[in-house]
Amino acid sequence: MLLRPKYSDIKIILYYLGKITLGIGLLMVIPLATSILFKEYNAMFDFLTGMAVCFSFGFLFIRIFFTNEDLDWMHGMIIVALTWVAAALFSAIPLYLSGHFASFLDACFDSMSGYATTGLSLMADIDHVSNAHNMWRHFIMYIGGQGIIVVVLTFLLRATGAFTMYVGEAREERILPNVIHTARFIWLVSLVYLAIGTSALFLTGVYEGMQPVRAFLHGLWIFMAAWDTGGFTPQSQNILYYHSAIYELITISMMFLGALNFKLHYSVWTGNKKELIKNIEVVTLFITALATFSLCAIGLAKAGVYPEAISLFRKGFYQLISGHVGTGYSTVYPKQFVFEWGGLALVAITIAMAIGGSACSTAGGIKALRIGIIYKALRQDINRMILNENTVLLEKFHHIRDIVLEDKHVRSAAMIMLCYLALYFAGAIAGMLFGYQPLEALFESVSAAANVGLSCGITAPSMPNALKLTYMFQMWIGRLEFISVFTLLQFLLSTVKGK
Amino acid sequence: MKKTIYILAVLLFFCCARHANAQKSVSSTELIEKAAYYNNKTVEYQGEVVGDVMVRGDSCWVNLNDGANAIGIWADTNLLKGIIKYKGDYNNKGDILLISGIFHRACPQHGGDLDIHLSNAAKIKEGSVIKHPVSPVKIKNALGLFFVAMGLSILYNIRRNRK
Repeated sequence: MLLRPKYSDIKIILYYLGKITLGIGLLMVIPLATSILFKEYNAMFDFLTGMAVCFSFGFLFIRIFFTNEDLDWMHGMIIVALTWVAAALFSAIPLYLSGHFASFLDACFDSMSGYATTGLSLMADIDHVSNAHNMWRHFIMYIGGQGIIVVVLTFLLRATGAFTMYVGEAREERILPNVIHTARFIWLVSLVYLAIGTSALFLTGVYEGMQPVRAFLHGLWIFMAAWDTGGFTPQSQNILYYHSAIYELITISMMFLGALNFKLHYSVWTGNKKELIKNIEVVTLFITALATFSLCAIGLAKAGVYPEAISLFRKGFYQLISGHVGTGYSTVYPKQFVFEWGGLALVAITIAMAIGGSACSTAGGIKALRIGIIYKALRQDINRMILNENTVLLEKFHHIRDIVLEDKHVRSAAMIMLCYLALYFAGAIAGMLFGYQPLEALFESVSAAANVGLSCGITAPSMPNALKLTYMFQMWIGRLEFISVFTLLQFLLSTVKGK
Repeated sequence: MKKTIYILAVLLFFCCARHANAQKSVSSTELIEKAAYYNNKTVEYQGEVVGDVMVRGDSCWVNLNDGANAIGIWADTNLLKGIIKYKGDYNNKGDILLISGIFHRACPQHGGDLDIHLSNAAKIKEGSVIKHPVSPVKIKNALGLFFVAMGLSILYNIRRNRK
């Protein structure tokens, strides 16, 4: 029997949502400062409007729903799910006011894509976007990659029950005993790499012939989207704009680092470098990347588009790794996937995108940890069939420490994997219903649901609104890994049908 | 006299035909979708200079956007000397160039990039500075909403202080 939620539950949820909305308004200070610095006064008013709307709603919510009650698991999960919707809506205001979107829905699509670190975009005329709006687009990705709640926990909120919200953002692993310390560690790692990555890309940009100020801004933005496995770029050609092998090398390193588990970062930072070769996620990522790249290379060789081995490697490897770790940076045009690459290479990239990066990282998809666990369970079952039925089989996997494989691990991994597979196919069917070819529809659906951002040309302002909403839903539920969204849906159902 | 008129008419026809042919540049969409067909052929392409002119030794990269996609043009720097004044960004509408060059579906010199190696370039239309005047409605809306936000924050603080 469903129990109708109490008014106090709704009060808690909306009170915290109000606080988080205030936080989103405060985040707009960064693009606002950028607009003032570059004398982009039109953009400045876009952000002032965005901030004012956030503050109005934020203060209204915390005024009406003021409460001192603590959060429980259900509240935490629902707050997370609603936070991501609210963040996408409020953050879309300055984007829409920029005049680069055909509708408010398109602007919401981009802000959801940014927060979910997907990288699919409906923005028109990207080559003429202001520095302030570009800063906002990429900053959204940086926030979304770390997790909106992580940002709020680190800088704005001292909430009891913080761990529930942290878990709700698909971060079930606590790196340090205290969740606030965990959130701060995630930010420390991100800021250190921000300094290194931006400097490297800035110097490369200047070396490759860009103006210093533009080289710095592009370095900062490209790093933010690479590290957070996002995929937005300040130019319409994506990474192809730079025509630079060094730029590609740096971005591929950054996106790979972003796709590693923060727990692994912590382990390596504290001196345990062996973890890099022993960890189940790294091993799984290595094997799946090798397998899918081999498939992609065979596909490209068969298509005959890159006669030189170096070109084939450079193009194939970049797109594949970018897809695998969920970034979505590309050095080919979206339509080239369809017209040039051939079915086999497209399938290889789709599989890589579906697998995704590591758990507790900025990457999306099923995740290497789950694939590794399911493989180990399968191997254990096969061995059990071969050996004597009285033999006790113990399967272990190494993730920071040696862990004995238990049914609960397998159940959890298999359940989430099934949810992802269902989401991928549901999106593909939606694409096919709108008349797109099956493989293209599956490619775009996996890209949205696994928060990748590679496109084969379906994502465009002219695509049907229902498909835009489908991809937005996929990005949202895929980024949060289902549980918090399911909790929200259950909550809504019990509000209507509960007793 | 008739003969002279006839010769002039024929010359005019060929000039017009040549001019019409020169205007018929290939679009970026066609180059991408029919890359195998255009591969290693000389093509004419027209677009706005966007972003940076990235000088690499004696050559440079220029990206030309025709409204659908931007395509990288690899050029001898001398060929573009004095041609490019405006580069497209937020503050500028870039110069529109009509170029001809060899199209590569997967350039062996540039790691498989889809690009055009420039042979000739001409400026079709000079770019300009883009002005972004702030509309009074935008200012009014922003200020109005800010006053609302301030009012609500005062109300919230009054309640908090009472508690």
